[in-house]
Amino acid sequence: MVSLRGVTKVYDNGVTALGPIDLEVRRGEFVSLLGPSGCGKSTALRLIAGLSAPTAGLLDVERPKTTLRGGHPVGFVFQEPTLMPWTTVRENVRLPLKLAHVPPPDSDARIDQVLAQMGLSEFAQAYPRELSGGMKMRVSLARALVTDPDILLMDEPFAALDEITRFRLNNDLLTLWRSLRKTVIFVTHSVFESVYLSQRVMVMTSRPGRIAAEIAIATEEPRAEDFRTSAGYAAYCRQVSDALAPSYSGQSA
Amino acid sequence: MTGSDVSKPASSKAKPGSLVARLVRVLLPLVVFAALLAGWEFVVRTNDIPAYVLPAPSAVFATLISDWDVLSKSLAVTLLTTLEGFVAAAIGGIALALLFNLSRWLEYSLFPYAVVLQVTPVIAIAPLLLIYLPQQTAVVVCAWIVGFFPVLSNTTLGLNSVDRNLAGLFQLYGASRLQTLRLLKLPSALPFILGGLRIAGGLSLIGAVVAEIAAGSAGAGSGLAYRIAESGYRLNIPRMFAALLLLSVAGIVIYGLLALTSHLVLRRWHESALGKDN
Repeated sequence: MVSLRGVTKVYDNGVTALGPIDLEVRRGEFVSLLGPSGCGKSTALRLIAGLSAPTAGLLDVERPKTTLRGGHPVGFVFQEPTLMPWTTVRENVRLPLKLAHVPPPDSDARIDQVLAQMGLSEFAQAYPRELSGGMKMRVSLARALVTDPDILLMDEPFAALDEITRFRLNNDLLTLWRSLRKTVIFVTHSVFESVYLSQRVMVMTSRPGRIAAEIAIATEEPRAEDFRTSAGYAAYCRQVSDALAPSYSGQSA
Repeated sequence: MTGSDVSKPASSKAKPGSLVARLVRVLLPLVVFAALLAGWEFVVRTNDIPAYVLPAPSAVFATLISDWDVLSKSLAVTLLTTLEGFVAAAIGGIALALLFNLSRWLEYSLFPYAVVLQVTPVIAIAPLLLIYLPQQTAVVVCAWIVGFFPVLSNTTLGLNSVDRNLAGLFQLYGASRLQTLRLLKLPSALPFILGGLRIAGGLSLIGAVVAEIAAGSAGAGSGLAYRIAESGYRLNIPRMFAALLLLSVAGIVIYGLLALTSHLVLRRWHESALGKDN
């Protein structure tokens, strides 16, 4: 589905932000990119989204045609909700379809469906400022899903939320992933989040970002809330933390 | 999925205490105004100051009523000039900012001249304009010159203040330039544009008045500023004050209308239009 071979990104100022890295993500897989801040995780995501071009290497993202009118193969969720403050939840979610020139009456049904999926139906007419942080994130997720993408790219989406809200959204995301079977690439700096959510954790080093370790999280599916407190979970967290430790060595903070 | 991690839309009902506070805020300046007028009237009456030196407020008010025919016509002339200058400034400023946003080269070539136009005192440009342009046009051009720069610079600032990630999202979904402009840049810039218009409204009035005074000394004109100049020559000081009063009120009304428009447009979403506690 997504394939990176020797991909490198060098910024205009000469700093190598990423790579070279190799990454293969299969269709329907949930993969986390875990690393300290400044390790190029977000850069990798922007490359996969096509928002910037790699300096070297091969990048291939399968973009299957969707049957949905105005469909788009890639959905992106940022760390901030990144909503348009001047319009309602409904119009924010409509944006990708509007940009694909789907006239509003034709996109209404799809928007209602996604809003219901994210538990947002009664907030369709609310403005972003009237919502809590968690709710705004749901809107952002709804907007990413409205084009029925095959790949969902998430850039530390829950990092700014409180723990309780983050846990809820983690569970909601897993439920969503199980029912929709999207390919998810999830960037995070939380060991616990990466282990809880993903099938594979790619641990990255910092400056330049390279893949230091790949850890498969094999546990019985579907995962439930009690996975968070199980011994297996703790063991995986330790294994991932150990793999992450060299990334921090030599760093004073 | 349920939606219980939600803050209910905040209600904006005024607390009983804040009503008193708001009343005081309205009443205090009015009390100061009344006291000033009373003091002024008292000084003029007790010292028998002649009207051609300093007219009492009552005399100014009486003149305002008796000369209403002349003054109201002049007011209409000045307001029309201001409005034409303001509309030209709004359209010109926003259009030029949009062009600058589309083309860096255009911005580099023309922006310095916009600055030159802004920093050169309009009172010095007005006599020249009156030589080369028909008088009514010259007056409107003056109102335009002073009003247009704040619109241009604020709109430019606004168009460049787009959220980076939102711009990335538009790029991801393959938005056209026109879509990006219409759905992202213009709404992002709206609070800035409205701020620019609010400044431009008052400045257009100043531009109109400056040009009228320059034109008046050239011997023609019928706006309020011309009335002030004319009344000065004739030592009709009460009428000077009455015309000044009307200009001042016109300025306040223009500002108030633009501030109200801005509030109505932004109240649903922008920080500037929200109450302190929601």
